[in-house]
Order: sequence, then C-alpha cells, then structure tokens
Amino acid sequence: MNGLRIERRGAPSAALVWGVSLGAVAVAMLGTGLLFAAFGVAPLEAARVIVERTILDARGASEVVRRAIPLMLAGVGLTLAFRARFWNIGAEGQLLIGAVAAAGVALFVDLPGVLTIPAMFVVGFLAAAAWGLGPALLKVRLGVNEIITTLMLNYVAIYLVRWLVNGPWKGSSLSGFAYSDRFDAAAILPTIGTTRLHWPTLVLAVLAAVAVAWLLARTRFGFEVRMMGESPEAARYAGVDFFRTTLILVLVSAGAAGLAGVGEVAGIHHRLVDPGSLSIGYGYTAIIVALLARRNALAALVTALFLGWVAASGDVMQVALRLPSQITGVVQGLVLLCIIAAEPILEYRLVRAPRRAATPPDAAGPEAT
Amino acid sequence: MDVDLALVLTTLARALAFSTPLLWAALGEIVVERAGVVNLGVEGMMILGALAGFVVAQSSGDPWLGLAAATAAGVAAAAVHGLLAVVLRANQYVSGLALTIFGLGLTGLIGRGWVGRPLRNPMEFVDLPLLASVPLLGPAFFQGQYVLSWLGLLAAVVLWFVLHHTRLGLVVRSVGENPAAADAAGVRVLWVRFLAVTFGGAMAGVAGGFLSLAYRPSWGQGMTNGLGWIALALAIFALWDPLRAIFAALLFGALFTLSFSLQEFFAPQLLTMMPYLFTILALAITAVRKGAGAFGAPEALGEPYARGRR
Repeated sequence: MNGLRIERRGAPSAALVWGVSLGAVAVAMLGTGLLFAAFGVAPLEAARVIVERTILDARGASEVVRRAIPLMLAGVGLTLAFRARFWNIGAEGQLLIGAVAAAGVALFVDLPGVLTIPAMFVVGFLAAAAWGLGPALLKVRLGVNEIITTLMLNYVAIYLVRWLVNGPWKGSSLSGFAYSDRFDAAAILPTIGTTRLHWPTLVLAVLAAVAVAWLLARTRFGFEVRMMGESPEAARYAGVDFFRTTLILVLVSAGAAGLAGVGEVAGIHHRLVDPGSLSIGYGYTAIIVALLARRNALAALVTALFLGWVAASGDVMQVALRLPSQITGVVQGLVLLCIIAAEPILEYRLVRAPRRAATPPDAAGPEAT
Repeated sequence: MDVDLALVLTTLARALAFSTPLLWAALGEIVVERAGVVNLGVEGMMILGALAGFVVAQSSGDPWLGLAAATAAGVAAAAVHGLLAVVLRANQYVSGLALTIFGLGLTGLIGRGWVGRPLRNPMEFVDLPLLASVPLLGPAFFQGQYVLSWLGLLAAVVLWFVLHHTRLGLVVRSVGENPAAADAAGVRVLWVRFLAVTFGGAMAGVAGGFLSLAYRPSWGQGMTNGLGWIALALAIFALWDPLRAIFAALLFGALFTLSFSLQEFFAPQLLTMMPYLFTILALAITAVRKGAGAFGAPEALGEPYARGRR
C-alpha cells in the first residue's frame, strides 16, 4: 500500500517508550474528560479543581503520596513477578494478609515498644509471602495457571478479614461497624505533621524498588528471572532452576504486597478494618502500576505516584465536584486499555519500502507485507 | 430415608440454578480457548451483561429484552478484547485483565443509581412439561427452575456437537491447535478467532444477565463476585469439553449448595470462601490427573497469530 509496510522493530528506545506511555495516558485523560462532560462537569474546570487540590495544595499532595505508598510496594513486587511472566494477580489478597498478620502482632503479641513496628513489617512480609507460596508451588510443580489461583485467593483473603473483624477479632468497645480494637501507640506509624503520610513505609517502598532493581540488574538471580521471562527455552537449556527461582521471586513479590498492607493498618487505619476500607483495590491498581512501568522497578515508583494521583483525584471529584467515586475505577481501566492499545507502536514500525512484485495478498491481519 | 432423598433432590435442584451462570460463561470460554485465545475478561463481560440486562429489563419491563441487552453488552466488550488481543496482537492476559478492571469500574459508575432496587419483572421459576413428572430427575432438574438453566444444558450439548462433529467446529479447533496450518488451508485465522471471542462475550453476557434478571433479580456493584473467574477455571477443569462442563458446573453447584448446610458450624464468611477454594482444588486435581504439562489444552492457546512468524 503506497510503498509503506509494517515491520517488527528491535528494542524501542527509552524516549519512544516514555513518549508512547505518556501518549497512552494522555488519551486516557481525554477519555476521562469526555466522561466528565457526560456527567455535566466542564472537563477543563474539573481539571483545574483537581490540580489545585491535589498537586498545588500541600495536604492534597500528601494524599497523593500516601495513596501511592501501597501502590509502590505492591507494584514493585509485581514488576519482579511479571519479569518472569509469573502473572501474580493476587497482590490484593497478599496485601490483606500482610495487614492481618501485622494486626495480629499489634493486638496480641507483647513486645518491647521499639520492636513492635519492625516485627509487624517482618511478620506481614512473611505471612503474605506464605500466602503466595501455594500458587507458586502449584505453578512450578503441577503447571496450574497462577492467574486463577492467585485471584481466587484474593476472595479467600477478603472473606478471611471479614470473618476476623466480625468474629474473633471484633473490637470490644465498638458497635455497628466491624473492626478490631485500636492498636497501641507503639504499633502506630509516625506521619509527617498532621497528614496521613506514614513516611517509614514510603522509605521502605523506595528501598524495595532500589533493591528489586539491583536484584534484576546485578545478580545471577535477576539474570535468571529475566531469562525465564524472555526466553524460557533458553533458560531451561542454560540450567536455570525454575523451581527455586520462581519460589523466590513469588515470595518477594507477595511479601512486598504484604508490606503495603502493614503500612495501611499501622499508618492509616490503626486497626484491622473491613477489607473494602482497608484496600480500595490497591492490589489490582498495582498491576497497572507495574505494566505502565514496563516491569521496571524504579519506574514503578513514578507510575505509582501517577495512579496514586488518580486515586486522590477520585476523592477530590467526590467532594468538590460531586462526581461518583466510581469514576476512579473507570479511569484506571481506561489507562490500562490505552497502554495495551499503544503496545503495537513499540513493537512494530511503519517503514517506506519499494513495492515488491511477488507479494501474496494478505487476507488476515494488519501486517501488509 | 425419605428425608435424605428429599435433601439430595433439593441440593441438586439448587445446584443447577447456581451452576447456570458458571456453565454459560464456561461454555463461551471453552469456544474462545478452543480457537486459541485466552480471555481473562469473562468477569468484566459478565458484569457488563448483568448491568445492561438489569437496566433494559427494568426500563422495558421485559426480562427477555434485558437478556438480549446483556448478550449485546457481552459481545461489545468482547469485541474490544478481540481487537486488542487478536487483531493488534496485544498480550492476551493483560488485555482480558484490562477488560475486567474496566468493566467493573464502568458498571460501578453507571449502575450507581440502580443499586438496591429489585427488578420489577424478573424471570420466574417454571416446570418443564413432561420431564417435570419423571421420578427423581423431575424434582431434581425440571421442576421450579429457570428456563436459562435448561437452555444452558442444551447449549452445552449443541456446542459439543458443533465442536466435534461439524466443519465449523473443525475450523475453530484448527485455529487453536495449529493456526499456521489452518491459514495455509485457507482459513481466515484472525476472523475465526475474533468471532470466537465475540461468541464467548455473548455467552458471558447471558451468564451476567442470568444473575441480574433471574438468580438475584437486582443490581449490585460487583455482583458477579468472581464467578467469571471461576468459569475460566471450569473451562480448564472440564478439559475444554462442553459436555464435561455440564458435570463440572453441577459439581461446583452441588459443593456450594452443600457447604451451606454447614451453616450451623461455620461463620457465613468462611462458607463464602468455599467456591474459591474449590476452584483452586479443581485446578490442582485437573493437573494431577493429567500430569504436569500435558493438559490437552489447545496447542496454540494464548499465542497471537501472525503469518510468517512463529
């Protein structure tokens, strides 16, 4: 067709990746604008209000970051899992289990004050890692699809938390709402000023991102993970221990989501609450964080901030613009759909080429050879 | 003895109702996967179907018109997946997942005003003439059931026949087993795959419609509650065979119904976990039974097809 053809390109440049990602996000934002218009809110006016109250306002900005914290932790973990093509969709459940374990320590274990918080993070990490162990074992030992098993465990975790806060861990002094007793002061994370920004978890998230990036780039383990993801055949041939490597990467990935859960109970809620309030789907949003970051742990910090901003904007939309909170979910879905739709741009390119004589007519597909 | 028999029959009857949405959605996914495409958007297509069905049925007063809308919504959503995953060859897992996230978000937004209002004219229980009076089978499956439950069983038989005994079925399976060979034989691979995906969307739409028009005639945010994912697992558990899917779905329905007779001993939240745990168990059993690796899955499952490339 006019001497143009589509061919596969090599590794796209970093500039192109960023350009395409930003383009995809821009298209999603445009779609969001149309959505605003559909609800009778002028898109530009809405944008102005949102920017004013999330980015230009100190408290608003702190909300963006505190929403981003669990997304960073869970998202960084997912970048590692996705690198090896282990499709962990269970960050939501792993986050909840981390929260449960931390709450268990806070409520029932008598520790010297300074040790409480570290113990909560350690136990939360370990419990969430253990929660991820089942799907990992089923995958490497029996070849069971990890997408379905990790996702099913999300529901199990949700009902487990619900059972705990309505049953055995139900708060003694409270009625009506289902939640546990409040944690002691020693189990509560410090925040910056009067904001809800629990900075120790933020520091942990940044450290986790650096650690995962280092693991991937500089260690034998990271090399094996990348090889498993990019070329499983070659990995098998090179003698990569799939069992061991998968197990470790899932433990780290799930554990990181668990840390996010610890941060939420120790930094925000100060008690175990209903799963619907504990996590506003952070584990699912973290999937978008990891994919938008193109499975790069450090980039996940940036994309987590972006999706944290989307979540914080959702709060602003609800309060200031009287828009339904559910818009956040639609925006997230739009972002994800746009990223995927833009993917072929990174993989293929349009080149000018002389028309070849013996070109077979192509009935099926966009690749006009 | 009589009491026990009655209990068995009621359990079976309830199991059929519970298994109906699972069966419809699983049948759709079986066709999609037989054509070589994985659609993780079942949950999203179901929830869109549930809302579209409810809104149209509530406005028009006709649940069957609602069902048509549910089907159409499922098809429209599936077409997005078809476009991304089949035509543009995007990652099928991610595309389906995106569809689910988007579907759950969009229905939450649009369905806001419809929450908590019972459907004014829901689908009713009916007896199937003749078969209802057959001893044992009648009370178990043909008295006081939804029409869609029987249509689901019928659809399974028809699909089994089409997939295994017709040229159309051969074409669909060839595209999923060896798309290059099918292409060489003149089959339009991408078209077949795209149409299979939209067919799966229609079936998932019906499954969602069944929930909001018959099973729980109302609309609630996220009312599919993971059923779409369970249906995905059922397709694997049934080894991509529509007839096996009937038994797989009924088994799930029966286990779920039975678990609720344990109400005295367990908290309701713990019982609600059961279907999800059964799903994991079912997948593990399938894997053990078949041996790791050799699942009988369509050979080219999950692989995008592009001519001249492996």
